[in-house]
Amino acid sequence: MKDASGECIITLHNVTKVYKTGEVEQTALKNISLSISRGEIVAFAGPSGSGKTTLLNIIGAMDRPTTGEVFVDGIKLNDLNRKQAAHFRGEHLGFIFQSFNLLPVLTVFENVEYPLVMIKNVPARKRKEAVLSLLAAVQMEGHKDKFPDQLSGGQKQRVAVARALVTHPGVVLADEPTANLDGKSARMVLSLMIKMRVELGATFVFSTHDPRILEEVDRVYTLEDGQLKIQ
Amino acid sequence: MYKIFKIAIRNLQRYTRRTALTALLIVVGLVMVVLFSGLAGSFKNMMIGLITDSNLGHLQIHKKGYVSSIDTLPLYLNLSPKMYSRAIKILEQNKEIASFAPRIKLGCMISNFAETTNVKITAIDPEKELQVCPAIVDRLVTDKKGQFLRSGEIILPEKIAKGMHIKRGDTVVLVATNKDGSVNGMQFVVSGIIQSIIGPQGKDGYITIQDARKLLRIKKTEVSEIVVRIKNFSRLKKVVKQLKMEFARFKNKKGKPVFEVHAWSDLSPFTNIAGMIDLMTITVKIIMIAIVLISVLNVMLMSVYERVREIGTLSAMGTSPAKILLLFVSEGLALGLLGAIIGNILGLGLLWFLRVKELTFSFGMMKNLVLKPEFNWSELLVLNLIVLLISVLASFQPAWKASRMEPAEALRQV
Repeated sequence: MKDASGECIITLHNVTKVYKTGEVEQTALKNISLSISRGEIVAFAGPSGSGKTTLLNIIGAMDRPTTGEVFVDGIKLNDLNRKQAAHFRGEHLGFIFQSFNLLPVLTVFENVEYPLVMIKNVPARKRKEAVLSLLAAVQMEGHKDKFPDQLSGGQKQRVAVARALVTHPGVVLADEPTANLDGKSARMVLSLMIKMRVELGATFVFSTHDPRILEEVDRVYTLEDGQLKIQ
Repeated sequence: MYKIFKIAIRNLQRYTRRTALTALLIVVGLVMVVLFSGLAGSFKNMMIGLITDSNLGHLQIHKKGYVSSIDTLPLYLNLSPKMYSRAIKILEQNKEIASFAPRIKLGCMISNFAETTNVKITAIDPEKELQVCPAIVDRLVTDKKGQFLRSGEIILPEKIAKGMHIKRGDTVVLVATNKDGSVNGMQFVVSGIIQSIIGPQGKDGYITIQDARKLLRIKKTEVSEIVVRIKNFSRLKKVVKQLKMEFARFKNKKGKPVFEVHAWSDLSPFTNIAGMIDLMTITVKIIMIAIVLISVLNVMLMSVYERVREIGTLSAMGTSPAKILLLFVSEGLALGLLGAIIGNILGLGLLWFLRVKELTFSFGMMKNLVLKPEFNWSELLVLNLIVLLISVLASFQPAWKASRMEPAEALRQV
């Protein structure tokens, strides 16, 4: 089912998420409705446990809402099965994680190359061009043969940014991308993402409480106890 | 697929000690099977070769009921000249048969003019017998040169020769009763002493079939059995089945079959030993399978539990559940492959060493047998395929678990 709106790349209608642990129910998100336009940089802010990551997981087709509808890049996510959800993520989304989550057995080059090989089946020559150009963009081409454990936190996150963008996704979801970085590295990664937004036209959605990010984004949605407070 | 295998190998290198230990277990299991199968299999094949090539032949044809009464060597159950010529016709027409030879078996009294004892004699056509049982010469403990056996000569079993202090060149007398009850005796010169061998005819002496006919006063070409050698031993079961069908056509007046066809395995007690060896080989293989299964399953389960976040990341990036499954199955396969390669090298190396060392052993009355261990390559191939298959199967459950993980939940794992 396609979203009626052509402008909005992400639309949520009355999304509620309830977790059940035995007899106990815990509401993580309550009636969230929002829209994010293509090319926007948006942040979900709020204290720990406010539902930022849950919201990001639902937009990222990694979790399903208990009620409500979610549309991303014109696709309704509610009805996707495990395989379709994985395919959707590979085709439409890029992910940046707080702990970088680079694959330790792969080199910098291979980490960035991974989505093109394993998910998109891009031919070797095109893969090499795409990976090298992105590594150059994140200033990591000199480290392409290193393994993640040979890199600093900032360098790892730059590689993660390159990996998230290498498939040219419509939406990049970043969960606390600067939380594990020092000030200098955080600023560098942030400016890099803003630059890439301009160059690649991707929509960036952050979950963060880092004020440096909140200052730079187009819009901030603040969550408290699973509810949207300020828009 | 190449990339998946490459990632699998890198993941194995990541936990070097654990990989080495698991591979070592597979190696131990495989070496155990290669050694046991190599030694036990070679022993079995050697014994079967000895028994068939020097005594029983590959199969035998008798008159119905002869084998069940074989202990008394009943002359009245000999194949009549008519039955013998029918049997020959069938054997000559069968393209699977390399050669066949007639035998008369009889019980005699033997005397060296000082002592007397009884002896079982197999009367043979030496020329034909050597075509069916070429290794019979190897059993001679006396000089093997010259003609194997001539008219007027006897080859005596080692035990009797020793017990009666008979040497080569001595004269002995054989006394036998024919099927009409008349007793006759003949003098023979001992031309050789033969080593005993396991089986129903393993302690027999040998004379020529012409001499046996004279001794038993048989004028026609009746025989006790026809011993047969086939061209391809691996086709024995099929040939026996085929001959049984052909011989089943001949019935007596009561409509019962007049012939019986037996493979060597129906006649020799070694079949039970061979069966035990096969059973033990299967047991060792099952132990190996259990070792591979448990070790690979254990290491892959650990691998999945330790890499939950990584699996979540792969899934979040859009890696399909099938590819995640394949990644972990490849890891198990690579582990099995590593163990198999090292296990083959070590196992075959040890077998080769034992072959060079020339192991000697005794089996019953057979002394100084030299065991040259060898391995059947097709069996080795099957063994390796089993190891790889079990590695894949053992890693399948953990891999399936990994592929079914919810990415959001997996990424929450600390």
